[in-house]
Amino acid sequence: MQIRPYGDTLDDGAVQLSFTLPMSNSEKSREAAKRFVLKHGFKRCEITSAEALADNFTMFVVYAWTKLGIDSSEVKDVVSAAPEIMNFDEVNLFIKEHVKRPIVIVGACTGSDAHTVGIDAIMNMKGYNHHFGLERYPMVRAYNLGAQVENQHLIEYAIKVKADAILVSQIVNQKDMHLENMKEFISFVKDKKVRKQFLLIAGGPHLNHKMAKEAGFDAGFGRGSYAEHVATFVARKLAGKSK
Amino acid sequence: MNKLNLSKQKTKQARKLAGAITRPVQAYIDTHTTISVERTVLRVLGANGMNKEGVPVPNLAVNCLEGKLAKGAARYWVNALLHYDGNLQKLNRAVAKGKDISALEMVSDVKLNKVVRPLLGTFNKQITANVKTRNMMLRRYRKKDDSPLLYLIVATGNIYEDVKQAEAAAHQGADIVAVIRTTAQSLLDYVPCGATIHGFGGTYATQENFRIMREALDKVAHKEKRYIRLVNYASGLCMPEIAAMGALERLDMMLNDSMYGVLFRDINMYRTFVDQHFSRMLTAFADITINTGEDNYLTTADAYQNAHTVLASQFINEGFAGNAGLAPRLMGLGHAFEIDPSLKNSVLYEIAQAQMVREIFPEAPIKYMPPTKFMTGDIFRGYVLNSMFNLVSGMTSQSIHLLGMLTEGILNPFMQDRYLAVKNAQYIMNATADLGREIQFAKHGIIAKRADEVLNKTLTFLERVNKLGLFKSISKGLFADVKRSPKGGKGYAGVLRKDSDYWNPVEDFLQKKLKLK
Ligand code: B12
Repeated sequence: MQIRPYGDTLDDGAVQLSFTLPMSNSEKSREAAKRFVLKHGFKRCEITSAEALADNFTMFVVYAWTKLGIDSSEVKDVVSAAPEIMNFDEVNLFIKEHVKRPIVIVGACTGSDAHTVGIDAIMNMKGYNHHFGLERYPMVRAYNLGAQVENQHLIEYAIKVKADAILVSQIVNQKDMHLENMKEFISFVKDKKVRKQFLLIAGGPHLNHKMAKEAGFDAGFGRGSYAEHVATFVARKLAGKSK
Repeated sequence: MNKLNLSKQKTKQARKLAGAITRPVQAYIDTHTTISVERTVLRVLGANGMNKEGVPVPNLAVNCLEGKLAKGAARYWVNALLHYDGNLQKLNRAVAKGKDISALEMVSDVKLNKVVRPLLGTFNKQITANVKTRNMMLRRYRKKDDSPLLYLIVATGNIYEDVKQAEAAAHQGADIVAVIRTTAQSLLDYVPCGATIHGFGGTYATQENFRIMREALDKVAHKEKRYIRLVNYASGLCMPEIAAMGALERLDMMLNDSMYGVLFRDINMYRTFVDQHFSRMLTAFADITINTGEDNYLTTADAYQNAHTVLASQFINEGFAGNAGLAPRLMGLGHAFEIDPSLKNSVLYEIAQAQMVREIFPEAPIKYMPPTKFMTGDIFRGYVLNSMFNLVSGMTSQSIHLLGMLTEGILNPFMQDRYLAVKNAQYIMNATADLGREIQFAKHGIIAKRADEVLNKTLTFLERVNKLGLFKSISKGLFADVKRSPKGGKGYAGVLRKDSDYWNPVEDFLQKKLKLK
């Protein structure tokens, strides 16, 4: 069944847009904005606001209505790394019963990226948003190496402590540097011939499971993820392996 | 202004503690110099240009003084100048070509003193003229009201593109334009030369880039009938050199913190303390307002729990700034609106903090940073958070108001995001222009109690820092939850103990001008 954006009635296909054109604010630029929107397949649109940002720049707010829809049953290939999340106690119990030993996880924000807060949110004792970090889990040994860590170093560290999983955090995505860096990470892992030894997990605000898989990782987590997501994923995978 | 009923006794005690904390550090500073301070001295005395590989002349000159630097680079520079008939151009060119200035025959100290005088005279004239021009333009385009100065950031990486964005920002209503530096410039131990068009997340701070932006903003000022203040960063390994460049090119504000580099860039603490002192003497002389970086603490540590570390750091920054001759009106002490918005009454706590800082530092142009950490991909929610921030800033009379971007949690702001930010602030600050004057706080209400609690915790905290000493406190992670060891970090090798015959005529000149001796 085709579905469309819902404004105030089913199937009205209403969308709000805003953008800036490098033109002065005039009848002409408003018409240009309108045509620009219609070119995207909208049937009808209304420029509800046009504001001059500078002599030669105008910002528009536009409401537009589309007939295009999407068949939701066609959207099939969506997977999440940990569809059913276990909570703190459940994960620990699960590890105890099914993996039968503490699991080892190392993580860092690698490359030139200096943001530690994301990886800290997942790994540090206090966690984030009232969700404890991996360090607090009795059945997890967690090593957080911080930010601006070289990919090589993180991998060597993981080998040293016999990690089950490696976490890579990537916050900055300007010029696709997060993807470049993840690629580099995977190629180092392959060079060292240790790909099979570890579960590789990437995370950050501009990532999701699909993107991480495409980059060669086993799982990916985006905004709003917590330690229990990672712990659930790793625990299930390891339990599967040991069976 | 005393709406919170803060105890005068307690703030006095806090200042006393800050004095006790900075004193031993200041004793260290006074007996040490760094390679960056020495390069700064040479810049002030006319060192300029670079060699074919792009190494700046101040670096080349200082590099050939290994083992002799503790006597002061000025000695060798001024001596060399005599060998080039007092012609700076010739000397700069020779050094760029590889001339070793350490190997020349030395003249007497009396002679050196005589030769350096006109060089200092030139510097004095340049800076005094800059101060005069700024004051003239400020008088001419006086702001009509006393609402906070609106501060916008540009960061394209290309100085010419930055100029366009800055013009647009000024047109939209910015009073202050900051050019963000490219990632990791703070870790370069030299300042690049010339105009630059490539940068990552920002634009190189170079003297030529400063000049280009200054010229553009002066033009805009005449057009918009508003003086637009220019900001850059006197921070990182080249802190004092950039301060000197900013003084020469009439920047109006400099980000400059006594501990930021240590905590957030892992720069060695001894290096930073010595560098910040020299850079602050320069900014004081050039009448440049510094902006301190306490807001950063709240990105790694919780803003509600650690509010007292911000206030404590403000007292410490104030102490160091005073030692360098900065008047309170030039101390842009920083803080931020970063309390978790899901906390009940979070805005009341923000008001408490902002009002408290305002009352404790009445003359300081307080720098207030917008929410960043709790900004998400939901721009609509983000716009509301920014509105609350604008409201608090206006009603508590903050001075330097960094505009919050609705896209903070996503990407570098679009041009339209800046426009929306200015409009939001202008609307709120106009609509509540006299709210602050109308408001009284309940004597034992949440806001007054919170301010008192933060001040109390600050006192306990400062006592602890004083007992441990500042170096040890930083190594134990008392500030921003970040731990740094005294001899660790970048740049320690560039710190030297001054010899008994150390000569630094620029320092002597600044100390005299600032009445520090
Ligand atoms: C705090 C902060 C800083 C601090 C960092 C302090 C520190 N020690 O971390 C400082 C001031 C140092 C900083 C510096 C810079 N920053 Co910054 N910063 C931020 C800010 C405000 C908050 C980030 C944050 O802490 N979020 C909270 C955490 C918990 O969220 P998170 O990181 O998304 O993590 C969650 C998920 O993504 C996920 N996750 C993250 N990692 C991982 C890993 C795994 C394995 C898993 C499972 C999950 C996971 O789980 C976390 C919890 O839910 C953001 C804006 C924002 N609101 O996001 C900008 C932001 C990230 N910074 C930005 C930039 C550009 C920079 C600089 C380059 C600026 C400059 N020119 O110098 C520098 C970076 C220098 C460098 N080399 O990297 C941009 C990035 C733009 C982009 N899209 O690429 C942002 C978005 C701001 C902006 N709008 O411009 N920054």
